[in-house]
Amino acid sequence: MTATLTTGQPGPALAHDAAATLAASRPGLARRVKNRIATAAVVGAVALTAVPLALVIWAAVERGSARLDLTLFSHSMRGVVGQGGGLLHALTGTLLITAATAVIAIPLGISAAIYLTEYAGRARLASLTRRAVDIMVSIPSIVAGLAAYALFSLLFGPGTRSGLAGAAALAMIMIPVVVRSSEEVLRLVPGDLREAGLALGSPRWRVIRKIVLPTALPGLTAGAVLGVARIIGETAPLLLVAGFTDAMNYNLAEGRMATLPVFIYTQWSAKGLDTAAYDQRAWAGALVLMAVVVVLQLAARALPPQIAKIRRNR
Amino acid sequence: MKLGTSKRAVAAAAATGVIWAALAGCAANEEQPSGEITPNSSGPAQAQLQGELNGAGASSQSAAQEAWRAGFVALQNGVTVNYDPVGSGDGRKQFTAGGIGFVGTDAPFSVEDAGGGHGSCAADSSLVEVPVYISPIAVAFNLEGIDSLNLAPNVIADIFTGKIANWNDAAIAADNPGVELPDLKISPVHRSDVSGTTGNFTDYLAATAPEAWTAGETEEWPQAGGEGAEKTQGMVQALTAGKGSIGYVDAGQARDLGWAAIKVGDEWAKPTAEGAAKAVAVSSLESGRGEGDVVYELNRATDAAGAYPLILVSYLAACEKYEDANTAELVSAYLKYVTSDEGQQAAAANAGSAPLTADAELSAKVSAAVERIGS
Amino acid sequence: MKGAAIAVALVLVGVLVFLAVNGSPAFTAGEGELPAHAKNFLALAAPLAFGSLWVAVIALALAALPAVGVALAATIYAPAPRFGRFLGAVLDLLAAVPSVVFGLWGLMVLAPVMVPLYEWLHAHAGWLPFFSGEPSVTGRTVLTAGMVVAVMILPIMAAMCRESFALTPPALIEAAYALGATRWEMTRAAVLPVARSGIVAGGMLGLGRALGETMAVAMVLSATPDLISLNVISSENPSTIAAFIASTFPESTGSAVSALIGLGLVLFAISLVVSIAGRRIAKKGAAR
Repeated sequence: MTATLTTGQPGPALAHDAAATLAASRPGLARRVKNRIATAAVVGAVALTAVPLALVIWAAVERGSARLDLTLFSHSMRGVVGQGGGLLHALTGTLLITAATAVIAIPLGISAAIYLTEYAGRARLASLTRRAVDIMVSIPSIVAGLAAYALFSLLFGPGTRSGLAGAAALAMIMIPVVVRSSEEVLRLVPGDLREAGLALGSPRWRVIRKIVLPTALPGLTAGAVLGVARIIGETAPLLLVAGFTDAMNYNLAEGRMATLPVFIYTQWSAKGLDTAAYDQRAWAGALVLMAVVVVLQLAARALPPQIAKIRRNR
Repeated sequence: MKLGTSKRAVAAAAATGVIWAALAGCAANEEQPSGEITPNSSGPAQAQLQGELNGAGASSQSAAQEAWRAGFVALQNGVTVNYDPVGSGDGRKQFTAGGIGFVGTDAPFSVEDAGGGHGSCAADSSLVEVPVYISPIAVAFNLEGIDSLNLAPNVIADIFTGKIANWNDAAIAADNPGVELPDLKISPVHRSDVSGTTGNFTDYLAATAPEAWTAGETEEWPQAGGEGAEKTQGMVQALTAGKGSIGYVDAGQARDLGWAAIKVGDEWAKPTAEGAAKAVAVSSLESGRGEGDVVYELNRATDAAGAYPLILVSYLAACEKYEDANTAELVSAYLKYVTSDEGQQAAAANAGSAPLTADAELSAKVSAAVERIGS
Repeated sequence: MKGAAIAVALVLVGVLVFLAVNGSPAFTAGEGELPAHAKNFLALAAPLAFGSLWVAVIALALAALPAVGVALAATIYAPAPRFGRFLGAVLDLLAAVPSVVFGLWGLMVLAPVMVPLYEWLHAHAGWLPFFSGEPSVTGRTVLTAGMVVAVMILPIMAAMCRESFALTPPALIEAAYALGATRWEMTRAAVLPVARSGIVAGGMLGLGRALGETMAVAMVLSATPDLISLNVISSENPSTIAAFIASTFPESTGSAVSALIGLGLVLFAISLVVSIAGRRIAKKGAAR
């Protein structure tokens, strides 16, 4: 939807309708009551949104804050039974897998967006790619996990689990987000700027590199950050293909890799007898994961406001 | 321009790397021992091993595996043992495909599959399978003020098929003289994921109440109605929250709930470690298997006094021979620890399982099988 | 650049091919080869597809009005622009809560407190098919799952609505006020009609996300995979495709795995239809 959307014909028509409905210029009692009810409903909607959020955060703080200690960030779960232990291995795994996903999805997504906006014109490949992106947006994350499972089983033998397989699944979810948001941002770069560059005799790639990309940079970054925020809390695909371990693993290509969402899930689902210790770790992990995502969201929010438009593509 | 994009990607990756390096670098509990080895105080001096041992399989064992790995690493601090609770089926598949040293499985390899040809083993190796995790399954319920009930197998089956729908049903009252049963709807809870616990529970019902339970043994609940819950913890949560609910769950995880005593012979038995080990011991070995393949055909319908036949028996499967001598040593040492009294007690403390060493005969059979590894 | 565009298209083709190749054996599989004791693939997929849609529709119905309301509060009704930004932050925070955390919360906190409400609904509205039958004693019903998913999709829908409302031409708003309209009358006459397609498209986006929701539903819902039922407060509820895959996958082998992959393909097709419908509506609105 563009900003030029509705200025023009619907305006007068609607104003006419409005004039017809509004007989008096000073609202009568019934109309004032209606207005009050509507306002109350809007306030109620805000409460309905804020209350679950407050309850979830409260539950996590109440049940997890006891474990927000240094050990949580300096220890893994290797050799830990019952009390103690930490989530360093899961935090590391989340950062590594997210970074790997970003390294796959961001260059690919932005490059595809540059092709779509700067080169493709009306080429058939462009409409094909756009359609592909539209379809990819609706891939449910568990389906992406299944596809990555099938691919890695074929390549590396059945039941293969690795951080890279997790990154591949998440990239399927992230690529369309990056392509869409980048394309929209690149379209916001004024055409005059491009033409000015081309008129000076610069080759197209130089215009893109020196003019288009620097102008769009904040928007591209915001789109990338939002893409990361979209995938960092994913659980189901990672459970399928990245597996679970209680020790550190820095190697994306080999071996299972723990991630925060899977850590939370396994702490909940596979408990020893000292259940309180496991529950506390699960909720503390939830707090840490939420904090990581909030930091990302704040980073995206700090960017220039006109870029906020791309939010809806999340 | 491509340069610009990839530069940024590299910068992003680098920034992430820096954050993460600053965070810690390495987990404090995973620092390698600096050359010297702490002698373990108890037991005979053991050869110190090095290396990594990977296992995968049943999630039912995960709490026990947690205890075993911690205990084993405390004895052998140059070794890392991993266990991925991917599920029994996936674990067996990975073992056959190769790549893991051992597999934990609720259902042993079938007699045909047990023969050989496992990618994880040396070419001519046969299989070693031993029961390592014996867990009594409690028929647990949530009734205010009642923490014990006598329930016969056919009553349990009728409750889970919905035929008995109220706690004050005459069939329940008949076995529980003196207990004031409330007029309350029974809410049976079953596992909604595929699980070995469900398999053992339905196997028990099929063997002890074949008329009332016609669905046979199945790891996936046969949808006779009732409430479904995900994983053991989902079951515990549902039972704790639901007044009048009843379910089946590893006894160690259900300590805050009421437990049913099930009918064994003419007596009522509650889940205990001794009863569980006894139930294995009174069962016979499955025929047609190799010497190292200690698989029991559980006698669910036993009337042996003191036995508790509603149990989950989970196995560890390994190879007799490995291509790699170090792996063989690691697997051998690990399984010896797991089946030792120390290992079994560690699992009992963390997972609430029944130590198989509680029964000397059973323990001897298992030890003999484990001895075959690596020889 | 061109290579990247081709690569993106190829990723999609790859996903489809892998799912189709690995899932297709399930379409012809017979009794005994499929999970959930199903007789054939259709008997397996149909109730689950119903469950997915049912949970998603409940979530959409619960989230739609609050999403529109919050979006109004952040734009038209905001006392100051700062309030709008603050609400935006709250919504972003809500979107940031990972689904496994919602699963824990729904299971441990929300479900138990819903039990009295369900008993009340059964007692007073039991003549409706939604509330007939014995209410669940644990609260882990399809309605609870729908509530949890509603909270999860609310921020996505609200963001879409907010953007549509923000696009209302100021001239329209001023014209309505000049004619003496109250704020609500202005909203009804000027804001909502213009934003209608945006609201519907937001709903479709939310519906699509709700269809794919996995862990929260798997943890919260008491599921019976072969059931089709409209009852929303019973302990016997239909399962969803995504939740069924997540809870069955770990212990599955052979033909059961291909059945699950085939189910993934079905889920993909459903959410694709929803998303195409959403885009059609959005486009129609844009063309107006």
